[in-house]
Amino acid sequence: MKAVRVLVGTKKGAFILTSDTKRSKWTVDGPFFAGWEIYHMKGSPVDPNRIYASQSSGWFGQIIQRSDDGGKTWFQPGFKEGEPTTGGDGMPLTESNKFAYNTSDGKGKPLTTHQWYDGTQHPWEFKRVWHLEPSLTDPDTVYAGVEDAALFKTTDGGRSWTELSALRGHRTGEQWTPGAGGMAVHTIILDKMNPGRIYVAISAAGAFRSDDDGKTWKPINKGLSSEYIPDPHAEVGHCVHRIAMHPAKPDVLFMQKHWDVMRTDNAGELWTEVSGNLPSDFGFVIDVHAQEPNTVYVIPIKSDSEHFPPEGKLRVYRSRTGGNEWEALTNGLPQKDCYVNILRDAMAVDTLDPCGIYFGTTGGQVYGSSDGGDTWNAIVQNLPSVCSVEVQAVP
Amino acid sequence: MLGRSAGRTMIRVVLPYHLRNLARVGSEKIQLEVAGTVTVNAVLDALEARYPMLAGTIREHDTKKRRAFVRFFACGEDFTMVAEDKVLPEKISNGEEPFMVVGAIAGG
Repeated sequence: MKAVRVLVGTKKGAFILTSDTKRSKWTVDGPFFAGWEIYHMKGSPVDPNRIYASQSSGWFGQIIQRSDDGGKTWFQPGFKEGEPTTGGDGMPLTESNKFAYNTSDGKGKPLTTHQWYDGTQHPWEFKRVWHLEPSLTDPDTVYAGVEDAALFKTTDGGRSWTELSALRGHRTGEQWTPGAGGMAVHTIILDKMNPGRIYVAISAAGAFRSDDDGKTWKPINKGLSSEYIPDPHAEVGHCVHRIAMHPAKPDVLFMQKHWDVMRTDNAGELWTEVSGNLPSDFGFVIDVHAQEPNTVYVIPIKSDSEHFPPEGKLRVYRSRTGGNEWEALTNGLPQKDCYVNILRDAMAVDTLDPCGIYFGTTGGQVYGSSDGGDTWNAIVQNLPSVCSVEVQAVP
Repeated sequence: MLGRSAGRTMIRVVLPYHLRNLARVGSEKIQLEVAGTVTVNAVLDALEARYPMLAGTIREHDTKKRRAFVRFFACGEDFTMVAEDKVLPEKISNGEEPFMVVGAIAGG
């Protein structure tokens, strides 16, 4: 590896932080797409220079951006400068920002409504792309998790998107309900050791697994307990905030739920709580060390509604035992008067040894550790509110 | 050249900053050829045909429903809520005044 690239999506644009593998001196590039919300950016595992970004605004809707040169230049897929944008009939060749729900009858069920706050049925309406998950094998294939909750897929580098509608068409789909932040597919995990296996998480429906590349789905919420729904052990309705997996141990998943940190050892068939001695079992991010599948990181957040670190102390908690026993990591992090939040897509780990951990805050700081979390440094301090952080090791 | 010729009209359109960036047009005002009668819909159809990367940013893709925080002004009047097939003022058709696509004031 020659360099490390941290991709930061913020409320007002994208930033790219670059360092050599020592990870001590950083270059900050950006803002890209200034003024737009960048919910997520992620690079292809098989072509690190291929990066996808979800760009959106309340005024002008959704845009997908792509870079083929590691973030130096960007274009909307299908609209690269110098290439034709329309066919001979004058029609656009591509519609890279069109996320059209499949409204055909799936297995006899119209995929048109879900439960609204007042208990009535409400039409599914596309709002934005929350998460982009590039394929593990093909740089042109990407999965997109969107609000209102649905999963889309492109196989042409983002030029066009097709809904994998069996997820939304699951028999429980009509029961799904938005949380305060909306109803979105925010987590997508692809399993390298089990091709065709996809995990997704939806607020506030729960976790789902497909073993056939999205053709069928199964809720995997057994063991979760959520006191904010009438039946705390219901099949769906759980507000899952984030799921993480180590690629070498794909049946072991860790979950940060809206209260409770959970673990499964059987691909989601049964979850057990591993919150242990955390000062708060509420939070958004969760991630797994790149070389140690049993080393897990969370950032406890205080709730109800405060959504800042307990006692104003920004602490990453690390468990080396796969949960239950947690140690506070504080060296280099503010230990007083810190009232930021860390959103669900705003933590990432690199693949170097020692493992690097990165997270971004709603206060605009991006912190990094190049020693597995023992010490931390603020890479940047004053970005717009951070929505997402991803990291790439660049050859 | 601005104005009408052979069923086609060259008008001027003002785009907001972010849409100018997407369309990669440096100037605030662009010239746009509109086929047939110059209505709001005809202008938007021509705009999306000329700059297909703007499809979905002003109107929804399939329904062509205007996005909530986009406004259309012409000759000091608000054409946002009027019928989409209402003919725009002569000063728009002859290029004297621009058709304005505006991002509404709607928070930060």
